[in-house]
Amino acid sequence: MAELTLSARSWPRRHPLPFLLGAAIVWFALYRGLVPLSEAVVGWLPVQRQSHLGSALQFFLYDTPKVMLLLTGVVFVMGIVNSYFTPERTRSLLAGRAEGVGNVLAATLGIVTPFCSCSAVPLFIGFVQAGVPLGVTLSFLIAAPMVNEVALALLFALFGWKVALSYLGLGLAVAIVAGWVIGRLKMEHHLEDWVRALRAVRPEGETSRLSWSERIDAGMASVREIVGRVWPYILAGIAIGAGIHGYVPQDFMASFMGREAWWAVPLAVLIGVPMYTNAAGVIPVVEALLAKGAALGTVLAFMMSVIALSLPEVVILRKVLKPRLIATFVGVVAVGILLVGYAFNFVLG
Amino acid sequence: MKEVKVLGTGCGNCRATAKLIEEVASARGVEIRLEKVERLEEIAAAGVMRTPGVIVDGRLVHSGGVPRRQAVEAWF
Repeated sequence: MAELTLSARSWPRRHPLPFLLGAAIVWFALYRGLVPLSEAVVGWLPVQRQSHLGSALQFFLYDTPKVMLLLTGVVFVMGIVNSYFTPERTRSLLAGRAEGVGNVLAATLGIVTPFCSCSAVPLFIGFVQAGVPLGVTLSFLIAAPMVNEVALALLFALFGWKVALSYLGLGLAVAIVAGWVIGRLKMEHHLEDWVRALRAVRPEGETSRLSWSERIDAGMASVREIVGRVWPYILAGIAIGAGIHGYVPQDFMASFMGREAWWAVPLAVLIGVPMYTNAAGVIPVVEALLAKGAALGTVLAFMMSVIALSLPEVVILRKVLKPRLIATFVGVVAVGILLVGYAFNFVLG
Repeated sequence: MKEVKVLGTGCGNCRATAKLIEEVASARGVEIRLEKVERLEEIAAAGVMRTPGVIVDGRLVHSGGVPRRQAVEAWF
């Protein structure tokens, strides 16, 4: 058995490209087989397909494998993409960049640079120390958690590529514009004094060349780490979603989260900002809200504010930013999300 | 006696890293003094952008995520 796992493990190392091809074929075959499989399973169960319970079960049994499969695929591919970008490399790409172009580049790099929320503050300091402008640094810090592979994979799995792409574009827009606005406000002196006193460092682009098999290892490591961490949230989220799907009457949400209620977007942002959960936990709930008539812009604004801003994040950032800069940061990002919500509801809706 | 520092703000990965280092060191019979550095000022001064960072005898040997066991074994 030990020998078997050993050889199964070394196979992708010795033949990385055939392994990738084989994995892709298996993945697509599984994905195509999901619908008939989940229908067959619900068919065997002793519940009425039309009943509340049957409707909820069908939702749960079909969505869970679909979401998990898509998530695993996207996280694996992103793990490989991430191996091309380190924070050190991103920093040297951004150092000394003019505002404007710098904001666009920072937000875009925020998507592909591996980022862990517990490293947010050391990363922030490292960027500022190397001469990345404050506004550009903030563009990166807004985009990195908000536009992440888990959110995009789940949006794609549940609502299709149009919604996922809109989220990507609007998330980037919020990060770029918010960072640019804060840069214009010239608030560098609202950094904590000890941060401003740190010596400047020369940014050095790390040039480590990885082989394909090492990149595959990186992809597998991120699947183990990310999927291993978020799967309970996804199960819980889909279960809640299934409950709402089966039991809450159609259009229940339309009256107070529909497009006609102008105050719904600010309310959604106001509730979402202090809340803290990851993309995985919030999306299945979002799906159920949408299915019952809530407007897409309102729901996306809620989701963005939950993921991008949170109370724990503000507490951590307080160690490096003075209160006025924190308040500006939260205010500018929240207004950006608000505008995105309205744009979706009234222009694109 | 090796001086080992784990730099991080106290997240799960930092604790896992410290535990792994202790395990490997005792398995190999290497004496170490392990210190956890949690103050942001010190983490920043060491130039660590991704936590946890690991410093062995004054040299930064790792940064970002829990290191692999083979990597830790190579330090001792």
